[in-house]
Amino acid sequence: MKNLHVKLLALALVACGLGLCYYKVHRLGVPLAPDSQAQVWTVEATLRFDGTGRAAKIGLDIPNEPPGFSILDENFISSGFGLSTEADGANRSAQWAARNLSGEQTLYYRLVLTEDPEAHRERTTPVPRYPEVPQYTDPERAAVFALLDNVRSRSADTPSFTQELLRRFNDPTPDTEVEVLRNESADETAQVRQLQYVLAGARIPTRIAHVLRLSESMRHGTLEPWLEVYNGERWLAFNPRNGHAGFPDDALVWHVGDAPLTRLEGANDARVEFSATRSSRDVMGLAQQRARLIDSDVLEYSLLALPIATQNVYKVLLTVPLGALVVVILRNFIGLRTFGTFMPVLIALAFRETELIWGSILFTIIVTLGLLVRFYLERLKLLLVPRLASMLTIVILIMAGVSVLAHRLGMEHGLSIALFPMVILAMTIERMSIMWDESGPRDAIMSGLGSLAVAAVGFVVMTHPLAEYLTFVFPELLLVVLALTLLAGRYTGYRLSELWRFRASAKAIARQR
Amino acid sequence: MTTLGRRLRARLRLMRHSPPLRMPSTLRALGILGMNERNGDYIGIYNDRRHYPLVDDKLKTKELALAAGIATPELYGVVEIEHQVRELDRILDGRREFVIKPAQGSGGNGIMVIADRRGVNFLRASGASVTRSELEHFISNALSGMYSLGGLPDKAIIEYRVKPHAVFDAVSYQGVPDIRTIVFRGVPVASMVRLPTRQSDGKANLHQGAIGAGIDLASGRTVDGVWFNNVLDAHPDSGNRVRGIQVPDWDELLTLAARSYDLTRLGYLGVDVVLDRDHGPLVLEYNARPGLNIQLANQMGLLSRLKQIRALAQVPDDAAARVALGQQLFGG
Repeated sequence: MKNLHVKLLALALVACGLGLCYYKVHRLGVPLAPDSQAQVWTVEATLRFDGTGRAAKIGLDIPNEPPGFSILDENFISSGFGLSTEADGANRSAQWAARNLSGEQTLYYRLVLTEDPEAHRERTTPVPRYPEVPQYTDPERAAVFALLDNVRSRSADTPSFTQELLRRFNDPTPDTEVEVLRNESADETAQVRQLQYVLAGARIPTRIAHVLRLSESMRHGTLEPWLEVYNGERWLAFNPRNGHAGFPDDALVWHVGDAPLTRLEGANDARVEFSATRSSRDVMGLAQQRARLIDSDVLEYSLLALPIATQNVYKVLLTVPLGALVVVILRNFIGLRTFGTFMPVLIALAFRETELIWGSILFTIIVTLGLLVRFYLERLKLLLVPRLASMLTIVILIMAGVSVLAHRLGMEHGLSIALFPMVILAMTIERMSIMWDESGPRDAIMSGLGSLAVAAVGFVVMTHPLAEYLTFVFPELLLVVLALTLLAGRYTGYRLSELWRFRASAKAIARQR
Repeated sequence: MTTLGRRLRARLRLMRHSPPLRMPSTLRALGILGMNERNGDYIGIYNDRRHYPLVDDKLKTKELALAAGIATPELYGVVEIEHQVRELDRILDGRREFVIKPAQGSGGNGIMVIADRRGVNFLRASGASVTRSELEHFISNALSGMYSLGGLPDKAIIEYRVKPHAVFDAVSYQGVPDIRTIVFRGVPVASMVRLPTRQSDGKANLHQGAIGAGIDLASGRTVDGVWFNNVLDAHPDSGNRVRGIQVPDWDELLTLAARSYDLTRLGYLGVDVVLDRDHGPLVLEYNARPGLNIQLANQMGLLSRLKQIRALAQVPDDAAARVALGQQLFGG
């Protein structure tokens, strides 16, 4: 078979690459695509209070293993304060301390979360004591026990008991018992407390979970009370307003219990505000988080284990082989001409910062201005290396000039011109001017446009989110790219451009026959 | 503008007559050799990289050819370092006509043809005047590798200016027509003559508007010419017929081409020969990566011819026998 060696090698590379990829996907559960379902939330709690001029200690409850979310990152912005965090049963809190505080002070707590339906769904701790039956007043006692008997007869277990009770409590046309017990003018927390009070009559352990309903671009969010009951094994959540079981997907449990959210010593008037934003850009952070959860050696030795700054470099570098493959395809299969083999890949990398349209415009501006200067330099009869050095200087000056001008005109895109590879641009201008002189403007411009076209296609491929994600999380897929490149190296068929080039001769030869 | 208009009209005329693209199967059936196949299956296999420097450096080619008794344009001198530019007068020795070219130039780039002198200045073949300092700058550029493969420092060759044989006078505009022969495993497989036009600015480059006319290997007579992919029988500048011109000393020329294989050891070789009025066929240069245009000029695909030669277990050692083989297989 023709090219057997190359084909076998390519097959081996593809098998290696896809095999490792398959293992990661199916055994370790690494997602194959940047998961659009799992959202990344950045939640911020802003705590304001007034200092009294004395030493102050400020405690703020913060989420502890919130169900339905995994915490990717959290940080505390509080310069000048001592900080510690402590876990206490179901809750966790941050403790700030400082001396001589006066005037209004602001502390921030920021939390980065991802929705993870599997996380911390089992809430088993702490195991509660069974509550004593409260000392109800006489009218209450009659209503409570009548209601509980009624509910008990219509339920099988603690959850259905709770739900039935909640249904009755929220009925728009309530029974008389409920009317006695319900206090509609009280705030929501007080209403939930009232429910707890009633449930204690059945000796069911309950607690209040304070949840933050996350919404896009939330600015002044507040905590809402949720009812949790203990069924002997675990805590079960119910919406006190309609009896629905479980926490909704957007509910972040901030803390549980009756204790206040903040505890102040030596300070007054705490005000807490919550804000949240949703983003899906932090896909790599998710993968990293998952890798840690999976705890596999394959991922221990992966790029995800590198420092973030290094990771970011590799995120870009690993897409370069795709750009090179694009060059191979466009040159050897399509037949486009470019200046320099991989110059378009470097231009495409610069496009990452400038975006495609602006990148193309800036590239055209630099090359055009550079060519004009180069035509002038031609008259000075300079030697090659000094001339190249002059061109490099001029290219940098043009770049600086364009940046300043663009900034003045308020076109901030023009600033990113600084990221163009100036040496490559200087060489491109040099080659283009030589081609201009020797083969005519048409060839020079065609090759220039060819380079730009290849750079544009390379940019689109290299910056595709899926391509970035796959090459970074599954670098072994580059073995597949390598295999394709090797196979392309033995492609001896026609280029698309040749189908055009030989069209006339094809006609003539056919006629001769 | 008028030339551009003419070219555009020619293009448009062509578009009307033939579809813009051909199916690969059509080209395959016609035996057209593509760039990838040439690189992968011929140059990659039959041309040993070791032998490239012999053809990429025209100075080495000349020395080798001289030793083997193959005629090339006479070497007047070589400028190797910047400093020697000042010795130009000694090298030129008062000559009025000469050619300066980079030793490792490619594709006919960086060649300056001086046809005469006018006072202290020189006259290019095109008639343009060149000052002494411009000439020196040109040589400096050549030395710095501006025109050379890979841009490495180079040498400048100063050599005899070919006086073209009168046979192509009627169908060429300025410049020197050259005859390109593809020699595969030492056997000539196809030939064409490249005729400069006004459009090509006297350059023998098909891409820039020179005419390519195929030559029948057996008889040495030109067949129809091709100009910008158009089949044409009359020269666009002079109106003279391109077809049916007999190349003089044809068998000698082919033997020169065939012997070049023994010299270069390159299995897939392009040999460029010019016909000099006084000295007969002279080898101008060799090309280890000859282009595909010869198929357009000859209106035939190279592939079937190459495959025939490829299938041979043995090719004759004697150059004349290989020429006879090529003429017998592909002539007529």
